[in-house]
Amino acid sequence: MPLSLRLAWRNLWRHQRRTWLTVAAMALCNTLLIFMIGLQAGSYLTMLNNNLAVFSGHLQVQHRDYHDQPKPRFSVANGVALAARLRQLPEVSGAAARGMGFALLSSDKRSKAMQVIGVEAEYEASVSSIPGTLREGQYLSADTPNGVLLGQRSANHLKANIGSEITLLGSGRDGSFAASVLTVVGIVDSGMEEFDRNTVFIRLSDFQDIFSYGDEVSHIALLSASIFEVANTQAAIDGLIADRETLRSLDWDVLMPGLKQAIQSDIASALFIYTVLIIVVVFSVLNNQLMAVLERRKEYGILLSLGVAHRRLIGLLFTETALLALLGLLVGIALGGALNEYFAIVGVQFAGMEEMGEKFNLPARIHPITHPLTLLAGPIIVFIGSVFAALYPAIKLRHLNPVSARAGL
Amino acid sequence: MTNAVHCHQLCRKFHQGGQTIHGLDHVDFDVAAGEFICLTGPSGSGKTTLLNAIGGLDRPDSGDIAVGGVSLNTLDQGALADLRLAHIGFVFQSYNLIPVLSARENIEFILLMQGVDATERHRLADDMLREVGLEGLGSRRPSELSGGQQQRVAVARAIVSRPTLVLADEPTANLDSHTAEQLMALFAELNLRHGTTFIVASHDPRVQHFARRLIRMQDGKIIEDHPLAHD
Repeated sequence: MPLSLRLAWRNLWRHQRRTWLTVAAMALCNTLLIFMIGLQAGSYLTMLNNNLAVFSGHLQVQHRDYHDQPKPRFSVANGVALAARLRQLPEVSGAAARGMGFALLSSDKRSKAMQVIGVEAEYEASVSSIPGTLREGQYLSADTPNGVLLGQRSANHLKANIGSEITLLGSGRDGSFAASVLTVVGIVDSGMEEFDRNTVFIRLSDFQDIFSYGDEVSHIALLSASIFEVANTQAAIDGLIADRETLRSLDWDVLMPGLKQAIQSDIASALFIYTVLIIVVVFSVLNNQLMAVLERRKEYGILLSLGVAHRRLIGLLFTETALLALLGLLVGIALGGALNEYFAIVGVQFAGMEEMGEKFNLPARIHPITHPLTLLAGPIIVFIGSVFAALYPAIKLRHLNPVSARAGL
Repeated sequence: MTNAVHCHQLCRKFHQGGQTIHGLDHVDFDVAAGEFICLTGPSGSGKTTLLNAIGGLDRPDSGDIAVGGVSLNTLDQGALADLRLAHIGFVFQSYNLIPVLSARENIEFILLMQGVDATERHRLADDMLREVGLEGLGSRRPSELSGGQQQRVAVARAIVSRPTLVLADEPTANLDSHTAEQLMALFAELNLRHGTTFIVASHDPRVQHFARRLIRMQDGKIIEDHPLAHD
């Protein structure tokens, strides 16, 4: 080991207790940062996956004006055929065409205005978790002509059961009268109260007949292999639809801006806590290194008198601080990583968060994730902050006069 | 021939408790290369102030100082540090060795600062330990050495880079008489063998036995300056 590094390392242990206390503060801060960032990332990922997988998908192909003005006339021509072509893309893990309309639905007891969604029954499960939340009856299929799937809450509201008849009244894409009598074939429970209360599903072919859509659809929902692959998938989709100027692809960020805003807002409040935590640790390091400089005044005075330049001593101080911070970083990463791995298995349960959980479709337990970014982001900032903390002691050292320092003044 | 040290009309005042103290009061003297000078005088006479000025640690209010022909007045702090590192060795009353380094490492540290490579550093440090009589004790830390041994390490540290000038400020003050004599004998030997110029500020009369020139100071002035004859 080079002499200067050896000196810096040994200097650290001149006051073992003080050094360990500072390392412990840094390690604790790093552990907390790793765990909290991992937990945050885990909750965001769960939130995104759960929300996007319920209905919207990672991406949608729409008429270029549909997102801003969701009118029936802004539809996708030959939607089913296009969805089939999109499914052939290797970047796309699922694609299904949908029709979206509004209608008054009435049972023999009650009525309610609801959103009616026409789905490609055989492909809907590849982009949505709704088919998997069937509680009663069966999912839509070729064997359920004029069948309707109700949410648990809408079924309760309409006082409808499997086999009940539901009358649908609305207006078609061309302004004509849209009407049909549907039979309840299944009841789903997505876990999202609002969604279950206000949405019903029918087969896309039925939808196109009832609402006079012909071969048009409202959008095509798509999933990529993971949320991290969305940009690549979108590029591939854009390539495929490049020849259709009326179409465009939209990612989840555009489709569900509230989700991103919720994440950004949570990150902003968490950053405040992280900053406070880091500042406390930086001050602890500053105190440690300032004490070191003040204690070694005579020693520094002699070295300066012997011709060791201030910059050399400052270099040693920064080396020493970097070693101290590195120790805190390594211990923190080891502890934080272990803590993350443990809770990644058992999960973390937050009491009193049920409402928030339902709003963002979060499960009862959140599992932190371990990723190089969640492991290193916090500790690296603490490391940089800690080294930066040596700046003030370095300034004191820079202004140290060898004569007065030797005299202990 | 260039003087090792040239001082001309050095003045340095200090202000303390509303009083002006003359640390140096129009000091004039030259030191030839290879001289061994004992700088003596009562406390507060200006010995340490003069050594600090010669070593470029403190700037005089007026007057000129040149070390090895280089005027210190023209050098900035960095250049003064470089000059000290390359040409001037300091030995102080308090050794203040780096406690976490061994005796050898304390000596090597100065060489490291000079950019000497590791192999050469080891060799020079071992040579120096042998020269100051600490052969075999290089791996000991300062806390494992006696006061005299620590002072020898401090001397070795000060002269390892073979400075042309060594400034010693009360180097024997913390040593017993036997160790003090050994240290001064070492200085004398280094002076003779390497031609190193020594200026030793001390109250200790034993220092005069080894010096060949005596300068006595009082109230910041040189009041006596003459060669010392030894039998």
